[in-house]
Formats: sequence, C-alpha cells, structure tokens
Amino acid sequence: MTNLNPILEARQINAWFGGTQAIRDISISAQPNTVTALIGPSGCGKSTFIRCLNRMHEEVPGASVKGQVLLSGSNIYDGGVDPVSVRRKIGMVFQKPNPFPALSVAENVAVGLRLAGISKRSVLNETVEKSLRQAALWEEVKDKLRSPGTSLSGGQQQRLCIARALAVSPPVLLMDEPTSALDPISTARIEELLNELKKQVTVVIVTHNMQQAARISDRTAFFLLGEMVEFDETATIFTNPKDRRTEHYITGRFG
Amino acid sequence: MNEDLSLRDFRRKLINWAMGAVLALAAALVLIPLLSVFAYVVKQGISSVNWNFFTQLPKPVGETGGGMANALLGTIELVLLAMLVGVPWGVATGVYLAEYGRGKFARALGFCVDLMTSVPSIVVGLFTYTILVMPFKRFSAMAGGASLAIIMIPIVARTTEELLKLVPNHIREAGLALGIPRWKVTLWIVLRGSMSGIITGVMLAVARVAGETAPLLFTAFNNSYWSFKLDQPIASLPIQIYNYAISPFEDWHRQAWAGALVLVCFVLVLNLSTRILMRQPRSTR
Repeated sequence: MTNLNPILEARQINAWFGGTQAIRDISISAQPNTVTALIGPSGCGKSTFIRCLNRMHEEVPGASVKGQVLLSGSNIYDGGVDPVSVRRKIGMVFQKPNPFPALSVAENVAVGLRLAGISKRSVLNETVEKSLRQAALWEEVKDKLRSPGTSLSGGQQQRLCIARALAVSPPVLLMDEPTSALDPISTARIEELLNELKKQVTVVIVTHNMQQAARISDRTAFFLLGEMVEFDETATIFTNPKDRRTEHYITGRFG
Repeated sequence: MNEDLSLRDFRRKLINWAMGAVLALAAALVLIPLLSVFAYVVKQGISSVNWNFFTQLPKPVGETGGGMANALLGTIELVLLAMLVGVPWGVATGVYLAEYGRGKFARALGFCVDLMTSVPSIVVGLFTYTILVMPFKRFSAMAGGASLAIIMIPIVARTTEELLKLVPNHIREAGLALGIPRWKVTLWIVLRGSMSGIITGVMLAVARVAGETAPLLFTAFNNSYWSFKLDQPIASLPIQIYNYAISPFEDWHRQAWAGALVLVCFVLVLNLSTRILMRQPRSTR
C-alpha cells in the first residue's frame, strides 16, 4: 500500500491557538480511496489536526499552523494558495449536523455549486440527485426536496451534510466525529455509507469510538496530548500495537 | 414538629400566591394606559373616519369637510424614502458589526449605534434641517425621508446585528468548508437564514418612524396638496394631526382625531402583521 502515491500527505504539522501549541509535528499520509481514522482521548488534538488539512484551523481567531499538507503533491499552505480553492477540493463534515437554515433540502445540496457560479437548472438538479444518492438519502427525501433542510431528523441531516459536501465533488472528504451526535441506527447507516463512499473519495475521519475506527478504516492514527503516537494499518493498531500507550488506550485502560 | 412543617408549607404557598397576584396586577397596570389611549382615540376619531377622509384634500380654513388623503400618501412616500436609504444602510452596518467588526473601531461603532437610537428625534430633525434644508433653501420630501432614515438606521442595524449573532458559528464554518468565500457565506447563508427576523425588525422600525412628528416639522414641513416631487415640501399624517390639533377650529380638531386613529391603526396593523409573520411555522434546531 505504501508504494502508491498518497493523495493527501501531511508533513510535520504544528498548530497553535494563540500561544498554546495544540499539536506537534504530526505527519500522516492517505492513499486514494481509503479511510483513515484518527483516534485518541478528548483534547488530544485530532480535531485540530483534521481542521489543518483543509485550512479551517486558521478561521479560529488567533490560530496558526506550521507545516505542509500536500494534496496530490502540491502544498495547500503555499504562499499563493487561496484557502477557498483548497476547501473545494477537501470537503468537510462536522460533528453536529449543520444544514443551512432557511434553505430547502435541495438548496442545501446545491448551494456549493450555486455560489461557485453554476446556475444551470439541469446541472444543479442532476447534482442534487446524484449527491443525495451517494449519501444514501435520496429515497427518503425525494418527495420533500423543497422542505427545509432543518426539518429532517438528526441522522438525515447529517447525511444531507455529507451530500452537500459531495456535491462539489471533492477528491478528499474530512469528517470530524460525524456520528457522535447520532443514535446507533443512524450511526450504522453512515458507517455503511462510508464503505460505498470510499470508492469515489478518500476519507479522513476523526472518531471517539474505537470500534467505529476498527470497523470502517484502513489505517488508524492514535493521537495523545497533541502528538501522534502511532500510525499503521488498522488491523495492526488494534491487534498488535507497537506502543504501550496505544495498547493501553485500545484496551480501555485510560481515555 | 409535623404541625410546624405544615404551617411553613402553608406560609410558603401563601407567599407564592401573593407574589403571583402582585405581578399580575403590575402587568394589568401596564395595559391600562395602552387600552385607554386606544379607546379614547377610537371614541374621538371614529365618527370622522369616512370616505372623504381617505380621498379628499384638506379644505381651506372656514370650509368644513375635506380629508387627509395627501397626508396619508405623503406619509407612505416618506416612509418608502426612509426605507430606501435606511434599510440597506442599517443592514450593512449590522452585518459589519456582527460578522466583520473586531477591535476598537467596531466597539466604538456599536456604542455609537446605541447612542443614535436614543438621540431625541427633534435633534435628528434639526440636524437634517441644517444639512438638507438650509443649503437648498427649501423644505423637501427628501429631507423628511432622510431624517426618518436616520432614525431607522440604528434600529435596523441593531436588529440585524442581534439576529446574525444568533446564527451559530458552525453554520459559517460549514459554508467556508464548502469552499464558499466568506462574503458569500455572509450574504447568502448567514443573512439569508435570518431574513424573516430582519424583515420583522424593518417592519418594527417602519412602525416607529411612521408616527414620528418632530423630525418632519422642519424638514418635510407640510403641503396642502398632493406632492410627488422629492424637492418639494410634502404633507404627512403626524404633521397634519399636529397642525389641526393646535388650530382653533372645531372641524379640524375632529379631523385631527380621525388622523390620530388612522395612524394608531396603521402602526397597530403593522405590529400585528409582523407578529403573525414571526409565528409562521419555522423549524428550529
């Protein structure tokens, strides 16, 4: 696996909130069409790290980043790179489902393209259906495309957010604990969905839930206190970790 | 011991009841002035609100009859003028304060907006007089509209700001994470999501300025005829009421009451319809 060219590669990422360093020298890489899970106890910096991967970290007042993130070989932190164009290629789904208020289901999905200047009805309608199908939501909402996105259930809202992110067809999708606000059934649906999604996109997912990481990911990175302790095949991390701290976390001795 | 407890229980219930009664009384007292003003205006004005009132121009002194049609239309024109300037300006200020304003300048600006809300409206009138009436040596609808706009701007700005601050930050982040530039996120996602609330704020601001008299006294002045020219004096309901009320003529007093009733009803309807709009089923999250 490692002999392929990674689609996404983070090199020596350091991030700060004001004067406080949140993560230290983190490097990972993700092969195309894989799921990479980031696990670790609360406050270990995994959310901060994933937000460095599409330049969302710098939206926090006073926050700063050092290091490189290569998307298909080019550094998204290079001087002339516009964060807006980075985020078109590296989508993100958040912990809390956050459909845009006052926008309908269909508008929520189409908004990324619409605001990028695409106004052709047929293209938009096609994208809405395709993205909702990809997010396994089409059958449930095809009759209420015009109702507000916020009228859906929590699990549906989260899949709506996934559809919204997919609509601009990013090669990479970041997910920051996408199921932690959902019930077990909705969680299971999203996990199933991930298996389908990785045929088209590369996924990096932060999760609190170790079983989830074990079920869905190809590789897993274990974070602790702002550093990355171990990064390996998921099977190895969960059955034969090299670091004692990983082992302790996996076996539930802390965290 | 047991008896002691039940006595305390009784005392507690009594105090609870008494407090409830005091609060209910206070609430009822607030309603008294409102209802009595409204009842009195209705009693005095209702007999003179008729077809002529809405369709005819004022009659010259001495002749009875006539109406306030031009003043009604004038008020509508002035309010529209004020909205034309005040709404975009106020919304823009509110957006700046909520979304972009950081640091000393924004804090000072926010403070100024608060101050502006409490500037006496007669002062606003004087100010407009010196900048828009004196240089042109003429009272005008434009000056009247501008003075009303000055009163609207801080109200609209504050409402917009408060509403945008209610939009949770993760909505903005979701927009940015889609690769939408910040200004588009602000305009098409954050602002659009708050539109119904902002419309409410605008309508309340309109209700407020529709009844303003002081800023119009020496800006829009008055006019006994129809007026559609922005650079000419224009009639308005509050000024017409004022002029008629201080006149010595019985017939004009009668019409002043009718005008007052129409004005009160206009503001009431505006407020009520705003509330009904607000109650529109809106999904929450």
